Amino acid sequence: MNDSASAAPVLSVKGLKAYYRTTYFGVNREVKAVDGVDFEVQRNEIYGLAGESSSGKTTLIKTIAAALKPPLEIVAGRVDFSFAPNILRMKSDDLDSLRWRHLSYIVQGSMSVFNPVRRIRQAFVDFAFRHINKPRAEFDKLVDAHLARVKLEPSVLNAYPHELSGGMRQRVTIALATICRPDFIIADEPTTALDVIVQKNVLDMIREIQREIGSSVLLVTHDLGVHAHLADRLGIMYAGRIVEEAPTEDLFRNPLHPYTAHLVSSLPRIGDAAPRKGLEGSPPSLAAPPEGCRFHPRCPLAMARCRTEVPPLITVKPGHRAACFAITR
Amino acid sequence: MFKALRDLLKTNLEFAIGAALISTILVIALLSFFSPYPPMDMYVTQLDLPPGWPHIFGTTSRGQDMFWLLSEAIRNTLVFGLCVAILSRVMALVVGLVSGYLGGRVDRVLMSINDTFIVIPLLPILVLFYFVLRDKLTMGWLAVIMALLGWAYDARLIRSIAISLRTREFTRTSVFSGMSTREILQREHLPYVLPVVFSTTLNNINWSIGLEVTLAVLGFTDINSPSIGGMIYWANQHTAMVAGIWWWIAFPVLFLMMVFIGLYLLAVSMNEYIDPRSRLSRMGGAS
Amino acid sequence: MLELDHVSKDYVRGGLLSRQRIQAVDDVSFRLESGQPEIFAIIGESGSGKSTLASMILNLVQPSMGHLRFEGTDLAGIRSKAERLKFMAQVQPIFQNPFEAFNPLKQLDHYLFMTARRFTAAKDDAAAMRCADEALVKVGLSLAEVRGRFPHELSGGQLQRIAVARALIPSPKLIIADEPVSMVDASLRMSIVNLFKTLRDDLCISIIYITHDLATAYYISDRIIIMRRGKVVEEGDAKTVLDNPQHAYSKQLKDAVLIPHISSPVHATKGKISHV
Repeated sequence: MNDSASAAPVLSVKGLKAYYRTTYFGVNREVKAVDGVDFEVQRNEIYGLAGESSSGKTTLIKTIAAALKPPLEIVAGRVDFSFAPNILRMKSDDLDSLRWRHLSYIVQGSMSVFNPVRRIRQAFVDFAFRHINKPRAEFDKLVDAHLARVKLEPSVLNAYPHELSGGMRQRVTIALATICRPDFIIADEPTTALDVIVQKNVLDMIREIQREIGSSVLLVTHDLGVHAHLADRLGIMYAGRIVEEAPTEDLFRNPLHPYTAHLVSSLPRIGDAAPRKGLEGSPPSLAAPPEGCRFHPRCPLAMARCRTEVPPLITVKPGHRAACFAITR
Repeated sequence: MFKALRDLLKTNLEFAIGAALISTILVIALLSFFSPYPPMDMYVTQLDLPPGWPHIFGTTSRGQDMFWLLSEAIRNTLVFGLCVAILSRVMALVVGLVSGYLGGRVDRVLMSINDTFIVIPLLPILVLFYFVLRDKLTMGWLAVIMALLGWAYDARLIRSIAISLRTREFTRTSVFSGMSTREILQREHLPYVLPVVFSTTLNNINWSIGLEVTLAVLGFTDINSPSIGGMIYWANQHTAMVAGIWWWIAFPVLFLMMVFIGLYLLAVSMNEYIDPRSRLSRMGGAS
Repeated sequence: MLELDHVSKDYVRGGLLSRQRIQAVDDVSFRLESGQPEIFAIIGESGSGKSTLASMILNLVQPSMGHLRFEGTDLAGIRSKAERLKFMAQVQPIFQNPFEAFNPLKQLDHYLFMTARRFTAAKDDAAAMRCADEALVKVGLSLAEVRGRFPHELSGGQLQRIAVARALIPSPKLIIADEPVSMVDASLRMSIVNLFKTLRDDLCISIIYITHDLATAYYISDRIIIMRRGKVVEEGDAKTVLDNPQHAYSKQLKDAVLIPHISSPVHATKGKISHV
C-alpha cells in the first residue's frame, strides 16, 4: 500500500488482558479469554485476525471496541486509537460520540443489526444522522449517493429487513457502517453465514469501500480463505494470544509457527487430492489453559521448555513476528 | 441434592427466608397430630380468652383453642393446595408436552379444549358447584374440581417450550437413537420444562389456597372441617373484629401471609437454580 | 440400495389471503448401488433444496411427487414402529451443529447406550458399553474418555466424532451427513473428513455428504451433484466435474471459492519445518 509505516498506527494494543470472572452459587470461574495481546493496525490497511472458536478473538473485539459488560473485566493493558487515546478509560458519553463517526462495525448476523419493524432508511437515520450535522433533506441525498457508490439500489431503503436476502442485508450493513467514513471498521465474521457466491461479492465490496475511504479494517474470521482474499496483514490467534503475524502472502508462503503451518497445509484445495491430516487434540479451554506455551500439547515440535515458559511474540524477520521457541532459538 | 439445598441456603437470602417461613408453617401443621382437642369439637374451652398461657393464641367465641385449631387448619389448607397443584401439574404436563411435540391435529384438538378451560370464569362456577352439591362438596372434591380448572393456563406455557424443543437437533438425534415418543418427552424434554412446572406449582398452590380462602370466607365451602378460610368465616359470623377478639382474625391472616410469601420466595430462588441455562453456566458450559 | 425417482417437494406458505408455492426440490433422481460403498456429495447453497432432500432420504418428510426407495422398499410405505426402527438401523444421520446434536443437560454416553440397546443385540448395560466402546474406537476415541462427560466439556470436533460413533452403532449401510464440518474448527476439520474416507474404505459404508464447501467435496467424494433452487444442474464423477465444470452455475461456484495461493505445500515435521 502507501507508505504508512512512518505515520502513527490507527490502533495500538499493548499487553491486553481481559478475563471473564463469574461467581455462581459459590463457584468461582476465571476464563482467560485474552491473555497478553500486542499488535498494531496501520492506516489504510486491512488487518486480519484469524482464530478458531475459543481463541479469544470475539472477546478481543469487544475489548477493543470498549464494549465491556460484566463479567468481562480488563485485567491489564491498554488500547489506543489515533482518534481516541486510551479508549478503555473513556466515559460512555465520549464513547457514544466516537461510535459510528470514527469507529464502526460490521457484524455477522445482519438481521440483528436492524430493527425488524422499521424500514432500512430509518436504520440509517438512527445510526448516522446525529454524526452528520446536516438537515434531513441533505442527509437523505447523502445516503442515496453513498448507496449508489456501493452499487446498491436506492429502493432497498424503503424495504423492511426481512424482505431482503442475507447477502443484500449484509451489503446494506456495510453501507451503514461506512456512511460516516469512519477511521476504523471492525468486521466480525462478515460473511460466515452467507453463500459462497454472495460471500465473494460482499468481500469485494468491503475491499472497494476500504480503498475508497481509506479506513483501516480489523477483519476477524476463522476462515483462512477470506483472509487470503482480503487481508493485507494477518495475525493468528490461539487460546487468547497472538502466535504469529505477517503480511498475508508471506504468512501463507512461509508460516513459521507450527500451528499456522498446520492450518495452512491442511486446507483442502480443488485440484489437489493429496492426503491431509487434522491436528490431534483440541483447542484448550480458556478456563484452565495449559502452562507455558498454550499450543504445546498438540505441537509436533514441543520441547521441555515449551511446557513451562511462555514464548514471547518477537520479530523473526522484518514485518513477521512469531511466538515459538522452536524457531527463535 | 442436599448439597444443592445447603449451597442455596448459604448463598441466597431469599431462599433462606422462604425456607424459614415454610419450615415454621410445616412444624405447626405437623403439631396438629398431637392436638389434645378433636378438631370439630366446640365449646371445649373458655370463650374469648386473649393470647396467654395455656392458650398461646387465645380462644374463639366458639370455645376452641386457637393454636390447635390453627394447626389443624393449616394442615388441611396445605394438603388441599398440594393436591390441587399435583393433580393440575400432571394434567398440564401431559397435555402441554404431547400437544407441543406431536403438533398437527392432536395439537389443535387439545388446545381447543385447553382454551375452553382457560376462559371459564372460576368463582361463579365454584359457587355454582357449591349450590348444587352443598354438603357433598368436601375439601377433597373441591380439590379435584379446582385441579380440573387450574391446568389450562400452564399447559400452554409448557406447550410453547415443547414446540421449541421439538425443532432442536438433539430431538432428532434421540429419534434416530431409537427412542419412542414417550421416552423422548420424559427423558429429553422434561428437564427443560421443569423450571416452568416448578414455579407454576408454587404459584398454583398460592392460587388454590387463595381461592379456597375466598370461597370459605364467603361461606361457600364445607365450613365445618377447619381451614384458614373457614376460621375467618366463623370469625366474621361472630363479628369478632367488632367484639374486640382480634386474635381470631389476626392469626389466620398472619399465617396465610407467611404461606404465600414463603412459597413465593422459595419459587423465585429455586427457579434460578433449576433453570437449564443457569445450570449450564454453573457447570462451566455455555458462554 | 438407495434410489430417488423423480422426487419433488413443494411447500405452500402463507395463510388464507396470500399463498405462495415454494418448490424446494424439483425432479431429482439418482441411485446408490449396494456393495459399492461411495461418498456421494450434494453441493448447493442455501435454498438449493439439499437439506430438504436429506430430510426426505431420512424419511422425516414425505415427497410431494416421485418415490424414494431404500433396498427396494418405498419409504412412504414405512408406517409401523418396527419398520421404522428397521429403516433407522440402516440409515443414520450426522447433523451440522455438533453442539446442538446432544442434549446439553444429559451426559453423552446416554445416547450411545440408548442406540446400542435399541439397535443391537445388546441385552444389558455391560453389552451396551462394549458396543459403545467399539464404535468410539472406530472414530479414534474411547469410552473412558467420553464416560460421564457433558457436551459443553468437549470441542466441536470431538462432539462430531461422537455423533459419528453413535451413527455407527447400528451398523448402517448409509450415512447422511448434512454439512458435518461447517461448524467444526479448521484445525479439526480434516480429521473428520478423513474419518469419512475411513468409513467408506474400511467399513464399506456409503455416505451422502451434503455441503457447500467445494474443496472438501473434491477431497473425498466419488460422485457429485450440484443443486440450484431444487434442480440438479450438473452431476458426475467428482474430480471430473470440479476440475472442469460445464454448467454456468458450477463455474460460478468454483470461481467463488477463496483459495490462498501457495507455491508449494508446507509440512511441519519433527525437528524442523520444511517445504516438500
